[in-house]
Amino acid sequence: MGKNLPKSFKKALWVYHCNSGSCNGCDIEIIAALCPRYDVERFGIKLVGSPRHADVLLITGAVTRQLADKIKRVYEQMPDPKAVICVGNCGNTGDVFYESYNLVGPVDQIIPVDVYIIGCPPRPENIIYGVAKAWMKLETLEAKT
Amino acid sequence: MKTAEKTTYQLPIGPIHPALKEPVMFEFEVDGERIVNVNVRLGHVHRGVEWTGTQRNPIQILYLAERICGICSYCHPMAFSLAVERVAGIEVPERADYLRVIHGELERICSHILWAGVAAHEIGFDSVLFLTWQMREKALDLTEYLTGNRITKGITMIGGVRRDITPDMHPKIQETLQYYKEIFKKLQHVFLDDKTFQLRCKDCGVLSKEDAVKLCAVGPTARASGVKKDVRLDQGYFAYSDLDFDYITPDIYTGEVHGDVYDRIVVRLLEIQQSIGLIEQCLNQMPAGPIVSEPKPLKLLAKLKNVSGEGIGRMEAPRGEVFHYVKLSAQDAPYAWKVRAPTYNNILPWIPMLTNQQIADIPIVAASTDPCMSCTNRVTIVKNQDTSFLDKEELHRMSIQKTRRLQP
Repeated sequence: MGKNLPKSFKKALWVYHCNSGSCNGCDIEIIAALCPRYDVERFGIKLVGSPRHADVLLITGAVTRQLADKIKRVYEQMPDPKAVICVGNCGNTGDVFYESYNLVGPVDQIIPVDVYIIGCPPRPENIIYGVAKAWMKLETLEAKT
Repeated sequence: MKTAEKTTYQLPIGPIHPALKEPVMFEFEVDGERIVNVNVRLGHVHRGVEWTGTQRNPIQILYLAERICGICSYCHPMAFSLAVERVAGIEVPERADYLRVIHGELERICSHILWAGVAAHEIGFDSVLFLTWQMREKALDLTEYLTGNRITKGITMIGGVRRDITPDMHPKIQETLQYYKEIFKKLQHVFLDDKTFQLRCKDCGVLSKEDAVKLCAVGPTARASGVKKDVRLDQGYFAYSDLDFDYITPDIYTGEVHGDVYDRIVVRLLEIQQSIGLIEQCLNQMPAGPIVSEPKPLKLLAKLKNVSGEGIGRMEAPRGEVFHYVKLSAQDAPYAWKVRAPTYNNILPWIPMLTNQQIADIPIVAASTDPCMSCTNRVTIVKNQDTSFLDKEELHRMSIQKTRRLQP
Protein backbone atom coordinates (compact mmCIF):
# COMPACT_ATOMS: atom_id res chain seq x y z
CA MET A 1 0.00 0.00 0.00
CA GLY A 2 2.93 2.31 0.73
CA LYS A 3 3.70 2.43 -3.01
CA ASN A 4 0.52 4.29 -3.76
CA LEU A 5 1.09 6.96 -1.17
CA PRO A 6 3.34 9.95 -1.86
CA LYS A 7 6.54 10.31 0.18
CA SER A 8 5.33 13.41 1.89
CA PHE A 9 1.75 14.32 2.64
CA LYS A 10 0.39 17.56 1.32
CA LYS A 11 -1.64 18.20 4.43
CA ALA A 12 -2.46 16.80 7.83
CA LEU A 13 -5.51 14.58 7.86
CA TRP A 14 -8.27 15.72 10.19
CA VAL A 15 -10.73 13.16 11.39
CA TYR A 16 -14.19 13.57 12.83
CA HIS A 17 -15.52 10.75 15.00
CA CYS A 18 -19.24 10.17 15.12
CA ASN A 19 -21.01 7.61 17.31
CA SER A 20 -24.23 6.31 15.79
CA GLY A 21 -25.16 3.96 18.63
CA SER A 22 -22.01 2.00 19.36
CA CYS A 23 -21.04 0.10 22.52
CA ASN A 24 -17.83 2.15 23.21
CA GLY A 25 -15.64 -0.76 22.10
CA CYS A 26 -14.67 0.83 18.77
CA ASP A 27 -14.53 4.26 20.39
CA ILE A 28 -11.93 3.25 22.98
CA GLU A 29 -9.86 1.59 20.26
CA ILE A 30 -9.94 4.87 18.29
CA ILE A 31 -8.65 6.69 21.39
CA ALA A 32 -6.05 3.92 21.87
CA ALA A 33 -4.84 4.63 18.32
CA LEU A 34 -4.24 8.25 19.35
CA CYS A 35 -2.37 7.29 22.53
CA PRO A 36 1.40 6.66 22.84
CA ARG A 37 1.59 3.00 21.72
CA TYR A 38 0.16 3.75 18.24
CA ASP A 39 0.41 7.54 18.27
CA VAL A 40 -1.13 8.56 14.95
CA GLU A 41 -0.70 12.22 15.77
CA ARG A 42 2.90 11.91 14.57
CA PHE A 43 1.47 11.52 11.02
CA GLY A 44 -0.68 14.60 11.45
CA ILE A 45 -3.85 12.58 11.93
CA LYS A 46 -5.92 14.41 14.49
CA LEU A 47 -9.42 14.25 15.93
CA VAL A 48 -11.38 17.48 15.41
CA GLY A 49 -14.54 18.74 17.06
CA SER A 50 -16.58 19.72 14.00
CA PRO A 51 -17.45 17.91 10.77
CA ARG A 52 -16.89 21.22 8.92
CA HIS A 53 -13.15 20.96 9.67
CA ALA A 54 -12.79 17.29 8.80
CA ASP A 55 -11.42 15.39 5.81
CA VAL A 56 -12.46 11.99 7.04
CA LEU A 57 -15.56 10.83 8.90
CA LEU A 58 -15.05 7.87 11.25
CA ILE A 59 -18.42 6.37 12.02
CA THR A 60 -18.99 3.69 14.67
CA GLY A 61 -22.07 1.74 15.64
CA ALA A 62 -25.17 0.34 13.98
CA VAL A 63 -27.35 3.32 13.09
CA THR A 64 -30.30 3.69 15.48
CA ARG A 65 -33.60 5.17 14.32
CA GLN A 66 -33.11 8.42 16.24
CA LEU A 67 -29.69 9.08 14.72
CA ALA A 68 -30.20 8.28 11.02
CA ASP A 69 -31.05 11.82 9.90
CA LYS A 70 -28.35 13.31 12.15
CA ILE A 71 -25.70 11.14 10.47
CA LYS A 72 -26.90 12.37 7.10
CA ARG A 73 -26.59 15.98 8.25
CA VAL A 74 -23.07 15.43 9.61
CA TYR A 75 -22.09 13.97 6.23
CA GLU A 76 -23.57 16.92 4.34
CA GLN A 77 -21.72 19.41 6.54
CA MET A 78 -18.31 18.02 5.58
CA PRO A 79 -16.45 19.88 2.82
CA ASP A 80 -15.42 18.04 -0.39
CA PRO A 81 -13.25 16.06 -1.03
CA LYS A 82 -14.27 13.79 1.82
CA ALA A 83 -14.01 10.14 2.77
CA VAL A 84 -16.19 8.05 5.08
CA ILE A 85 -14.82 5.15 7.12
CA CYS A 86 -17.18 2.74 8.80
CA VAL A 87 -15.41 1.34 11.89
CA GLY A 88 -16.54 -2.01 13.27
CA ASN A 89 -18.92 -4.77 12.30
CA CYS A 90 -22.00 -3.01 13.69
CA GLY A 91 -21.84 -0.28 11.09
CA ASN A 92 -20.97 -2.70 8.30
CA THR A 93 -23.67 -5.31 8.82
CA GLY A 94 -25.49 -4.71 12.11
CA ASP A 95 -23.47 -7.51 13.74
CA VAL A 96 -25.17 -9.01 16.84
CA PHE A 97 -27.88 -6.36 16.78
CA TYR A 98 -28.91 -7.05 13.15
CA GLU A 99 -32.53 -7.99 13.95
CA SER A 100 -33.19 -5.24 16.48
CA TYR A 101 -36.35 -3.16 15.95
CA ASN A 102 -34.55 0.11 16.50
CA LEU A 103 -31.89 -0.09 13.77
CA VAL A 104 -32.08 1.46 10.31
CA GLY A 105 -28.45 0.67 9.40
CA PRO A 106 -26.07 -0.57 8.08
CA VAL A 107 -24.29 2.76 7.61
CA ASP A 108 -23.96 2.41 3.82
CA GLN A 109 -27.74 2.56 3.45
CA ILE A 110 -27.70 6.03 4.98
CA ILE A 111 -24.53 7.62 3.55
CA PRO A 112 -21.91 6.43 0.99
CA VAL A 113 -19.03 4.58 2.68
CA ASP A 114 -15.51 4.45 1.18
CA VAL A 115 -13.66 2.16 3.57
CA TYR A 116 -15.09 -0.67 5.65
CA ILE A 117 -13.07 -1.71 8.70
CA ILE A 118 -14.13 -5.07 10.03
CA GLY A 119 -13.63 -6.37 13.55
CA CYS A 120 -15.55 -6.24 16.78
CA PRO A 121 -13.87 -4.01 17.71
CA PRO A 122 -11.14 -3.56 15.08
CA ARG A 123 -7.59 -3.35 16.39
CA PRO A 124 -5.93 0.08 16.38
CA GLU A 125 -3.58 -1.09 13.58
CA ASN A 126 -6.66 -1.90 11.55
CA ILE A 127 -8.16 1.55 12.13
CA ILE A 128 -4.88 3.23 11.13
CA TYR A 129 -4.80 1.08 7.96
CA GLY A 130 -8.35 2.19 7.15
CA VAL A 131 -7.48 5.85 7.62
CA ALA A 132 -4.44 5.44 5.34
CA LYS A 133 -6.73 3.93 2.68
CA ALA A 134 -9.06 6.89 2.95
CA TRP A 135 -6.00 9.10 2.59
CA MET A 136 -5.17 7.41 -0.71
CA LYS A 137 -8.68 8.10 -1.94
CA LEU A 138 -8.38 11.77 -1.02
CA GLU A 139 -4.96 12.06 -2.72
CA THR A 140 -6.39 10.55 -5.92
CA LEU A 141 -9.39 12.86 -5.83
CA GLU A 142 -7.13 15.84 -5.38
CA ALA A 143 -4.81 14.77 -8.23
CA LYS A 144 -7.82 14.68 -10.58
CA THR A 145 -8.92 18.24 -9.86
CA MET B 1 -40.97 54.28 25.02
CA LYS B 2 -41.92 50.67 24.92
CA THR B 3 -39.40 48.28 26.45
CA ALA B 4 -39.08 44.79 25.06
CA GLU B 5 -40.15 42.06 27.39
CA LYS B 6 -37.33 39.78 28.46
CA THR B 7 -37.90 36.19 27.44
CA THR B 8 -35.86 33.03 27.68
CA TYR B 9 -34.19 31.35 24.71
CA GLN B 10 -34.34 27.72 23.74
CA LEU B 11 -30.90 26.26 23.01
CA PRO B 12 -30.68 22.68 21.75
CA ILE B 13 -27.39 20.77 22.19
CA GLY B 14 -26.77 17.33 20.72
CA PRO B 15 -27.39 14.56 19.97
CA ILE B 16 -24.21 14.93 17.93
CA HIS B 17 -21.94 17.54 19.45
CA PRO B 18 -18.15 17.69 19.96
CA ALA B 19 -18.58 17.83 23.73
CA LEU B 20 -20.64 14.67 23.74
CA LYS B 21 -18.88 11.36 23.29
CA GLU B 22 -22.08 9.39 23.08
CA PRO B 23 -25.30 10.63 21.53
CA VAL B 24 -27.63 12.34 23.98
CA MET B 25 -29.74 15.45 23.55
CA PHE B 26 -30.26 18.47 25.83
CA GLU B 27 -32.75 21.27 25.40
CA PHE B 28 -31.60 24.23 27.46
CA GLU B 29 -33.72 27.16 28.45
CA VAL B 30 -31.38 30.12 28.89
CA ASP B 31 -31.97 33.47 30.47
CA GLY B 32 -28.90 35.50 29.52
CA GLU B 33 -25.89 33.60 30.86
CA ARG B 34 -27.97 31.66 33.31
CA ILE B 35 -29.50 28.33 32.39
CA VAL B 36 -32.92 28.08 33.97
CA ASN B 37 -34.16 24.75 32.77
CA VAL B 38 -33.09 21.70 30.88
CA ASN B 39 -34.74 18.75 29.25
CA VAL B 40 -32.75 15.61 28.57
CA ARG B 41 -33.66 13.19 25.82
CA LEU B 42 -32.12 9.76 25.97
CA GLY B 43 -32.49 6.65 23.88
CA HIS B 44 -30.21 7.48 20.97
CA VAL B 45 -28.12 4.40 21.71
CA HIS B 46 -31.12 2.19 22.34
CA ARG B 47 -30.37 -0.97 20.38
CA GLY B 48 -33.06 -3.17 21.88
CA VAL B 49 -30.55 -5.52 23.51
CA GLU B 50 -32.97 -7.07 26.01
CA TRP B 51 -35.63 -7.71 23.33
CA THR B 52 -33.03 -9.16 20.94
CA GLY B 53 -32.00 -11.48 23.78
CA THR B 54 -35.46 -13.01 23.88
CA GLN B 55 -35.05 -14.09 20.24
CA ARG B 56 -31.87 -16.10 20.82
CA ASN B 57 -30.60 -19.07 22.75
CA PRO B 58 -28.50 -18.57 25.91
CA ILE B 59 -25.14 -19.23 24.25
CA GLN B 60 -25.85 -16.64 21.55
CA ILE B 61 -26.85 -14.18 24.27
CA LEU B 62 -23.37 -14.42 25.80
CA TYR B 63 -22.01 -12.67 22.71
CA LEU B 64 -24.83 -10.16 22.72
CA ALA B 65 -24.25 -9.37 26.42
CA GLU B 66 -20.59 -8.83 25.68
CA ARG B 67 -21.56 -5.97 23.38
CA ILE B 68 -23.72 -4.06 25.88
CA CYS B 69 -20.62 -2.09 26.82
CA GLY B 70 -17.15 -2.28 25.31
CA ILE B 71 -15.40 -1.52 28.60
CA CYS B 72 -17.26 -4.07 30.79
CA SER B 73 -17.20 -6.77 28.14
CA TYR B 74 -16.47 -9.51 30.68
CA CYS B 75 -18.82 -8.83 33.58
CA HIS B 76 -22.05 -8.63 31.56
CA PRO B 77 -21.84 -12.11 29.93
CA MET B 78 -20.47 -13.53 33.18
CA ALA B 79 -23.36 -12.17 35.25
CA PHE B 80 -25.75 -13.56 32.63
CA SER B 81 -24.16 -16.98 32.78
CA LEU B 82 -24.26 -16.91 36.62
CA ALA B 83 -27.99 -16.32 36.36
CA VAL B 84 -28.50 -19.15 33.86
CA GLU B 85 -26.34 -21.52 35.94
CA ARG B 86 -28.53 -20.77 38.94
CA VAL B 87 -31.72 -21.54 37.01
CA ALA B 88 -30.40 -24.75 35.47
CA GLY B 89 -28.45 -25.91 38.52
CA ILE B 90 -25.19 -26.22 36.59
CA GLU B 91 -22.12 -26.94 38.74
CA VAL B 92 -19.04 -25.02 37.63
CA PRO B 93 -15.72 -26.94 37.90
CA GLU B 94 -13.35 -25.58 40.52
CA ARG B 95 -10.60 -24.71 38.05
CA ALA B 96 -13.06 -22.65 35.98
CA ASP B 97 -13.95 -20.65 39.09
CA TYR B 98 -10.31 -19.64 39.52
CA LEU B 99 -9.95 -18.82 35.82
CA ARG B 100 -13.05 -16.63 36.04
CA VAL B 101 -11.48 -14.69 38.92
CA ILE B 102 -8.27 -14.14 36.91
CA HIS B 103 -10.15 -12.70 33.92
CA GLY B 104 -12.39 -10.58 36.13
CA GLU B 105 -9.46 -9.04 37.97
CA LEU B 106 -7.60 -8.41 34.73
CA GLU B 107 -10.61 -6.46 33.48
CA ARG B 108 -10.63 -4.48 36.72
CA ILE B 109 -6.97 -3.50 36.22
CA CYS B 110 -7.72 -2.35 32.63
CA SER B 111 -10.82 -0.42 33.65
CA HIS B 112 -9.32 1.33 36.68
CA ILE B 113 -6.23 2.43 34.75
CA LEU B 114 -8.48 3.72 31.95
CA TRP B 115 -10.46 5.63 34.57
CA ALA B 116 -7.30 7.09 36.12
CA GLY B 117 -6.41 8.50 32.69
CA VAL B 118 -9.87 10.02 32.22
CA ALA B 119 -9.74 11.57 35.72
CA ALA B 120 -6.38 13.17 34.91
CA HIS B 121 -7.80 14.46 31.62
CA GLU B 122 -10.73 16.06 33.46
CA ILE B 123 -8.46 18.29 35.53
CA GLY B 124 -6.29 19.13 32.52
CA PHE B 125 -3.41 16.69 33.02
CA ASP B 126 -3.24 15.25 29.50
CA SER B 127 0.33 14.01 29.95
CA VAL B 128 -0.94 11.72 32.74
CA LEU B 129 -3.74 10.53 30.43
CA PHE B 130 -1.15 9.40 27.90
CA LEU B 131 1.04 7.88 30.63
CA THR B 132 -1.79 5.78 32.06
CA TRP B 133 -3.11 4.68 28.66
CA GLN B 134 0.38 3.52 27.77
CA MET B 135 0.43 1.46 30.98
CA ARG B 136 -3.00 0.08 30.09
CA GLU B 137 -1.67 -1.38 26.82
CA LYS B 138 0.35 -3.92 28.81
CA ALA B 139 -2.83 -5.27 30.43
CA LEU B 140 -4.50 -5.38 27.01
CA ASP B 141 -1.53 -7.37 25.70
CA LEU B 142 -2.05 -9.89 28.49
CA THR B 143 -5.81 -10.01 27.81
CA GLU B 144 -5.07 -10.71 24.18
CA TYR B 145 -2.57 -13.43 25.12
CA LEU B 146 -5.05 -15.16 27.42
CA THR B 147 -8.30 -14.75 25.49
CA GLY B 148 -7.35 -13.87 21.90
CA ASN B 149 -8.90 -10.40 21.88
CA ARG B 150 -8.15 -6.98 23.26
CA ILE B 151 -11.63 -5.70 24.08
CA THR B 152 -14.39 -8.25 23.52
CA LYS B 153 -12.94 -11.35 25.09
CA GLY B 154 -15.33 -14.15 24.13
CA ILE B 155 -14.04 -16.18 27.09
CA THR B 156 -17.36 -16.82 28.86
CA MET B 157 -19.25 -20.08 28.57
CA ILE B 158 -22.22 -21.19 30.62
CA GLY B 159 -20.72 -23.61 33.15
CA GLY B 160 -17.11 -22.50 32.83
CA VAL B 161 -14.71 -20.65 30.55
CA ARG B 162 -13.57 -21.34 27.00
CA ARG B 163 -9.78 -21.23 27.34
CA ASP B 164 -7.42 -22.69 29.91
CA ILE B 165 -4.29 -21.10 31.33
CA THR B 166 -1.52 -23.66 30.86
CA PRO B 167 1.73 -23.67 32.92
CA ASP B 168 3.70 -22.29 29.95
CA MET B 169 1.53 -19.17 30.06
CA HIS B 170 2.50 -18.39 33.66
CA PRO B 171 5.82 -16.59 32.91
CA LYS B 172 4.09 -14.03 30.69
CA ILE B 173 1.41 -13.39 33.35
CA GLN B 174 4.06 -13.10 36.09
CA GLU B 175 6.04 -10.67 33.93
CA THR B 176 3.00 -8.43 33.41
CA LEU B 177 2.10 -8.53 37.10
CA GLN B 178 5.70 -7.64 37.96
CA TYR B 179 5.49 -4.69 35.55
CA TYR B 180 2.34 -3.45 37.27
CA LYS B 181 3.88 -3.85 40.72
CA GLU B 182 6.77 -1.66 39.60
CA ILE B 183 4.66 1.04 37.95
CA PHE B 184 2.18 0.99 40.83
CA LYS B 185 4.64 3.04 42.91
CA LYS B 186 4.90 5.51 40.05
CA LEU B 187 1.11 5.74 39.67
CA GLN B 188 0.76 6.20 43.42
CA HIS B 189 3.33 8.97 43.34
CA VAL B 190 1.74 10.72 40.36
CA PHE B 191 -1.80 10.61 41.71
CA LEU B 192 -1.51 10.64 45.49
CA ASP B 193 1.63 12.65 46.28
CA ASP B 194 1.18 15.31 43.62
CA LYS B 195 0.35 18.68 45.14
CA THR B 196 -2.02 19.70 42.33
CA PHE B 197 -4.02 16.48 42.59
CA GLN B 198 -4.28 16.94 46.34
CA LEU B 199 -5.44 20.54 46.04
CA ARG B 200 -8.02 19.68 43.39
CA CYS B 201 -9.37 16.47 44.88
CA LYS B 202 -9.29 16.76 48.66
CA ASP B 203 -12.58 17.85 50.26
CA CYS B 204 -14.16 18.03 46.85
CA GLY B 205 -17.33 16.14 45.91
CA VAL B 206 -17.89 14.71 49.37
CA LEU B 207 -20.36 11.82 49.70
CA SER B 208 -21.10 10.99 53.33
CA LYS B 209 -21.47 7.42 54.48
CA GLU B 210 -25.16 7.97 55.29
CA ASP B 211 -25.87 9.35 51.82
CA ALA B 212 -23.96 6.53 50.16
CA VAL B 213 -26.08 3.97 51.99
CA LYS B 214 -29.33 5.88 51.46
CA LEU B 215 -28.80 6.41 47.74
CA CYS B 216 -27.58 2.84 47.10
CA ALA B 217 -24.17 3.80 45.76
CA VAL B 218 -22.20 0.74 44.59
CA GLY B 219 -18.61 -0.24 43.95
CA PRO B 220 -15.63 2.05 44.52
CA THR B 221 -17.96 5.06 44.94
CA ALA B 222 -19.57 3.46 48.01
CA ARG B 223 -16.33 2.05 49.39
CA ALA B 224 -14.62 5.45 49.19
CA SER B 225 -17.30 6.74 51.56
CA GLY B 226 -16.48 3.98 54.03
CA VAL B 227 -19.37 1.65 53.16
CA LYS B 228 -18.05 -1.90 53.30
CA LYS B 229 -19.91 -3.23 50.29
CA ASP B 230 -18.35 -5.56 47.75
CA VAL B 231 -20.23 -8.41 46.06
CA ARG B 232 -16.99 -10.39 45.88
CA LEU B 233 -16.91 -10.56 49.68
CA ASP B 234 -20.61 -10.34 50.48
CA GLN B 235 -21.70 -13.15 48.23
CA GLY B 236 -18.48 -15.09 47.60
CA TYR B 237 -19.20 -16.15 44.01
CA PHE B 238 -16.54 -17.83 41.80
CA ALA B 239 -13.47 -18.70 43.89
CA TYR B 240 -13.49 -15.43 45.83
CA SER B 241 -14.43 -17.15 49.10
CA ASP B 242 -11.16 -19.14 48.97
CA LEU B 243 -9.00 -16.07 48.44
CA ASP B 244 -7.51 -13.79 51.03
CA PHE B 245 -8.58 -10.17 50.55
CA ASP B 246 -10.61 -7.50 52.30
CA TYR B 247 -12.78 -4.45 51.61
CA ILE B 248 -10.75 -1.55 50.27
CA THR B 249 -11.66 1.65 52.08
CA PRO B 250 -9.54 4.83 51.96
CA ASP B 251 -8.62 4.67 55.68
CA ILE B 252 -6.18 1.87 54.80
CA TYR B 253 -4.01 4.48 53.10
CA THR B 254 -4.92 7.83 54.66
CA GLY B 255 -6.06 6.73 58.11
CA GLU B 256 -9.50 8.32 57.87
CA VAL B 257 -12.51 8.41 55.54
CA HIS B 258 -13.54 11.69 53.93
CA GLY B 259 -15.57 10.36 51.01
CA ASP B 260 -14.09 12.94 48.64
CA VAL B 261 -12.66 12.57 45.12
CA TYR B 262 -9.19 11.94 46.53
CA ASP B 263 -10.54 8.96 48.49
CA ARG B 264 -12.09 7.56 45.31
CA ILE B 265 -8.70 7.77 43.61
CA VAL B 266 -7.11 6.02 46.61
CA VAL B 267 -9.68 3.21 46.51
CA ARG B 268 -9.27 2.57 42.78
CA LEU B 269 -5.47 2.61 42.95
CA LEU B 270 -5.44 0.22 45.90
CA GLU B 271 -7.86 -2.03 44.03
CA ILE B 272 -5.36 -2.31 41.19
CA GLN B 273 -2.85 -3.57 43.75
CA GLN B 274 -5.46 -5.90 45.25
CA SER B 275 -6.30 -7.33 41.81
CA ILE B 276 -2.62 -8.09 41.18
CA GLY B 277 -2.55 -9.99 44.50
CA LEU B 278 -5.74 -11.90 43.67
CA ILE B 279 -4.42 -13.03 40.28
CA GLU B 280 -1.21 -14.24 41.96
CA GLN B 281 -3.16 -16.16 44.61
CA CYS B 282 -5.28 -17.78 41.89
CA LEU B 283 -2.23 -18.85 39.88
CA ASN B 284 -0.75 -20.50 42.99
CA GLN B 285 -3.91 -22.16 44.30
CA MET B 286 -5.56 -23.21 41.03
CA PRO B 287 -6.42 -26.94 41.11
CA ALA B 288 -6.16 -29.15 38.02
CA GLY B 289 -9.33 -30.31 36.31
CA PRO B 290 -11.83 -29.46 33.60
CA ILE B 291 -12.53 -25.84 32.70
CA VAL B 292 -16.15 -26.24 31.66
CA SER B 293 -18.91 -28.48 33.02
CA GLU B 294 -20.31 -29.41 29.59
CA PRO B 295 -17.76 -29.15 26.76
CA LYS B 296 -20.34 -29.79 24.02
CA PRO B 297 -22.41 -26.64 23.40
CA LEU B 298 -25.22 -28.55 21.67
CA LYS B 299 -25.69 -30.84 24.68
CA LEU B 300 -25.74 -27.78 26.94
CA LEU B 301 -28.37 -26.10 24.76
CA ALA B 302 -30.49 -29.24 24.77
CA LYS B 303 -30.34 -29.24 28.55
CA LEU B 304 -31.25 -25.54 28.83
CA LYS B 305 -34.19 -26.08 26.51
CA ASN B 306 -35.93 -28.18 29.15
CA VAL B 307 -35.31 -25.84 32.05
CA SER B 308 -37.74 -23.29 33.41
CA GLY B 309 -37.38 -20.91 36.30
CA GLU B 310 -35.96 -17.56 37.31
CA GLY B 311 -32.38 -16.69 38.22
CA ILE B 312 -30.31 -13.74 39.28
CA GLY B 313 -26.63 -13.15 38.58
CA ARG B 314 -24.76 -10.58 40.64
CA MET B 315 -21.12 -9.74 40.33
CA GLU B 316 -18.72 -6.96 41.17
CA ALA B 317 -17.87 -5.16 37.93
CA PRO B 318 -15.08 -2.55 38.01
CA ARG B 319 -17.72 0.17 38.52
CA GLY B 320 -19.84 -1.68 41.08
CA GLU B 321 -22.49 -4.33 41.26
CA VAL B 322 -23.92 -5.57 37.96
CA PHE B 323 -27.19 -7.44 38.11
CA HIS B 324 -28.80 -9.74 35.54
CA TYR B 325 -32.23 -11.33 35.82
CA VAL B 326 -33.18 -14.23 33.54
CA LYS B 327 -36.41 -16.17 33.23
CA LEU B 328 -36.27 -19.41 31.26
CA SER B 329 -39.51 -21.11 30.23
CA ALA B 330 -38.46 -24.43 28.63
CA GLN B 331 -37.93 -22.85 25.22
CA ASP B 332 -34.97 -22.04 22.97
CA ALA B 333 -34.88 -18.42 24.03
CA PRO B 334 -35.34 -16.98 27.52
CA TYR B 335 -38.76 -15.57 28.34
CA ALA B 336 -37.26 -12.42 29.90
CA TRP B 337 -33.86 -10.85 30.46
CA LYS B 338 -33.16 -7.71 32.45
CA VAL B 339 -29.84 -5.95 32.94
CA ARG B 340 -28.97 -3.37 35.59
CA ALA B 341 -25.57 -1.72 35.17
CA PRO B 342 -23.77 -0.02 38.11
CA THR B 343 -23.99 3.47 36.60
CA TYR B 344 -27.74 3.59 37.35
CA ASN B 345 -27.01 3.47 41.09
CA ASN B 346 -24.14 5.91 40.95
CA ILE B 347 -26.05 8.77 39.32
CA LEU B 348 -28.15 9.80 42.33
CA PRO B 349 -25.10 10.26 44.62
CA TRP B 350 -24.07 13.08 42.26
CA ILE B 351 -26.63 15.35 43.91
CA PRO B 352 -25.05 15.43 47.41
CA MET B 353 -21.58 15.38 45.82
CA LEU B 354 -22.19 18.41 43.63
CA THR B 355 -24.22 20.61 45.97
CA ASN B 356 -22.24 23.67 47.11
CA GLN B 357 -19.30 22.78 44.88
CA GLN B 358 -17.45 25.12 42.58
CA ILE B 359 -18.56 24.81 38.97
CA ALA B 360 -14.99 24.07 37.87
CA ASP B 361 -14.95 20.98 40.09
CA ILE B 362 -17.92 19.39 38.38
CA PRO B 363 -16.06 17.37 35.69
CA ILE B 364 -13.76 15.64 38.16
CA VAL B 365 -16.58 15.02 40.65
CA ALA B 366 -18.81 13.52 37.96
CA ALA B 367 -15.96 11.44 36.54
CA SER B 368 -15.04 10.22 40.04
CA THR B 369 -17.96 7.76 39.99
CA ASP B 370 -16.66 6.34 36.68
CA PRO B 371 -19.94 6.76 34.80
CA CYS B 372 -20.62 5.45 31.32
CA MET B 373 -19.97 8.13 28.72
CA SER B 374 -23.59 9.03 28.06
CA CYS B 375 -23.93 9.83 31.74
CA THR B 376 -20.72 11.85 31.99
CA ASN B 377 -21.97 14.57 29.69
CA ARG B 378 -24.87 15.63 31.82
CA VAL B 379 -24.27 17.77 34.85
CA THR B 380 -26.69 19.23 37.38
CA ILE B 381 -26.01 22.00 39.84
CA VAL B 382 -28.48 21.87 42.69
CA LYS B 383 -28.71 25.07 44.69
CA ASN B 384 -31.89 26.23 46.38
CA GLN B 385 -34.00 24.08 44.07
CA ASP B 386 -32.62 25.98 41.13
CA THR B 387 -31.22 23.55 38.59
CA SER B 388 -28.79 24.61 35.92
CA PHE B 389 -26.84 22.64 33.37
CA LEU B 390 -23.59 23.25 31.53
CA ASP B 391 -22.08 21.37 28.63
CA LYS B 392 -18.95 19.37 29.04
CA GLU B 393 -16.56 21.41 26.88
CA GLU B 394 -17.18 24.53 28.92
CA LEU B 395 -16.77 22.58 32.16
CA HIS B 396 -13.53 21.03 30.99
CA ARG B 397 -12.17 24.48 30.14
CA MET B 398 -13.12 25.81 33.58
CA SER B 399 -11.55 22.79 35.21
CA ILE B 400 -8.24 23.34 33.41
CA GLN B 401 -8.31 27.01 34.39
CA LYS B 402 -8.71 26.10 38.02
CA THR B 403 -5.68 23.81 37.87
CA ARG B 404 -3.65 26.66 36.36
CA ARG B 405 -4.72 29.06 39.08
CA LEU B 406 -3.40 26.77 41.81
CA GLN B 407 0.00 27.60 43.20
CA PRO B 408 1.36 24.29 44.49
